[in-house]
Amino acid sequence: MSQDNAAKITLSGVRKTFAGGRKVVLDHVDLEVGKGESLVIIGGSGTGKSVTIKCMLGLLKPDSGAIYIDGQDVTQMSEGAREDINRQVGMLFQAAALFDSLPIWENVAFGLLARKMCSRADARDIAAEKLRLVGLAPDVLDLSPAELSGGMQKRVGLARAIATNPEIIFFDEPTTGLDPIMADVINNLIVHVNQEIGATAITITHDMVSARKIGDRIAMLYDGRIIWAGSTDAMDHTDNPYIQQFIHGRADGPIKMAVRR
Amino acid sequence: MMNPLRPIGRAFIAFLATSGRLAAFTALGVSHCFRPPFYGRQLLRQIIEIGFFTLPVVGLTAIFAGMVLALQSYTGFARFSAEGAIANVVVLSITRELGPVLGGLMVAGRIGAAMAAEIGTMRVTEQVDALTTLSTNPMKYLVAPRLIAGTVMLPLVIFVADIIGVFGGYLVSVYKLGFNPSNYLQNTWEFLEPMDVISGLVKASMFGFLTTLMGCYHGYHSGGGAQGVGKATTNAVVSASILILCFNYILTLLFFSKDVAG
Repeated sequence: MSQDNAAKITLSGVRKTFAGGRKVVLDHVDLEVGKGESLVIIGGSGTGKSVTIKCMLGLLKPDSGAIYIDGQDVTQMSEGAREDINRQVGMLFQAAALFDSLPIWENVAFGLLARKMCSRADARDIAAEKLRLVGLAPDVLDLSPAELSGGMQKRVGLARAIATNPEIIFFDEPTTGLDPIMADVINNLIVHVNQEIGATAITITHDMVSARKIGDRIAMLYDGRIIWAGSTDAMDHTDNPYIQQFIHGRADGPIKMAVRR
Repeated sequence: MMNPLRPIGRAFIAFLATSGRLAAFTALGVSHCFRPPFYGRQLLRQIIEIGFFTLPVVGLTAIFAGMVLALQSYTGFARFSAEGAIANVVVLSITRELGPVLGGLMVAGRIGAAMAAEIGTMRVTEQVDALTTLSTNPMKYLVAPRLIAGTVMLPLVIFVADIIGVFGGYLVSVYKLGFNPSNYLQNTWEFLEPMDVISGLVKASMFGFLTTLMGCYHGYHSGGGAQGVGKATTNAVVSASILILCFNYILTLLFFSKDVAG
């Protein structure tokens, strides 16, 4: 585990409510992610996993609490400074979120072109290179996203997320909606690219197979708080009833599934 | 017991909240039109979409408006032997009112709906969020080019529509009502003042801005799923149409208030 002392991302007492404060999604989230570490946040549907990473990305603003990236509190930043921070971030969205008006190569190279990191011709070459890294042949370069299957779209999304060599990558349910084999392919790719570019990775998932494969460390989100965090090994040996119920997928236990959100 | 005033108050607060959100969105969107970086490709795409692909629809609207105007004013004016005024009525009605308003409404249906649906779908499939994570401001990338294209291109489209509309009136007057072609054209030119056309084009510019603003606003704040996008699309078209009719009155009042008073 390549974890050194300097935390890359720290969440401190993050609170986020919706519907004018009536619906508390994140109550008091404390979390630390080390540099180069791969952290997996697990939790049931609707527990606020997506909200957590959207807060880290600056897509949502927490009601209170602080989020530090490289020691700077990003919740207090101006829009411009925030955009600078986002330059070192990549994100793989749940449904890939490819831009369907652009061909595959422009999708992959979008971040490079937006940051004017290279010319359009070079961008195309880099896109081909990144697509090769996720196991796609160059003949997809000029296709449109709609022409690809779900698994291939996810790979393109992964290529887009790593195209700018980010220091932090977020994976939003990377295996949801894929068949078990494609899920494993994506898991392997994520492990591979994490090693390749040495980024800090934060994954949210409820797929335990995926969590074990990708994560150095696991944190469980329940009822708006991180109720447990530790290494993958520690997860199997903990007697925390919430963790036990979740990793074994039992309907009976301390976690009650909310019927209504 | 439900206090009967509560729903009224709630609706009023919701109205104020929406107005505030819309005002903030407008200010932000307009400010991004003037701050770099600019997305030339996006702007070009919107310019072609609005300036070129709406021409057939707006042209057809204009030619039929011109034709029916000639026919209607003939049946009306013949009663007091004022057929000579038809050319004048057609050109003034088209350039001052019908060109911009009918054209604007058609564009609201076509462009406003398309924008709301496209941006709304991007919102619900997280493509708008994806833009942010790729260091691209979605207001700048999606909204600003559309606002610019709408404001700049609609007057050009409406100018073409004015010509087509006048031509429609000419066709009916000459081939159906038996007017002398050169007399008709002379009558058209003689009473037309630059201000008639300019006021119409300023209106068109305003309508272009309102239509694209409504398309972007409703798309940007679209709710989840297909239903949310459908609702955003409907709202965009309805609100753009109402705003067009409302601003049409305000602008007419501003332009021609001294004529009315005099």
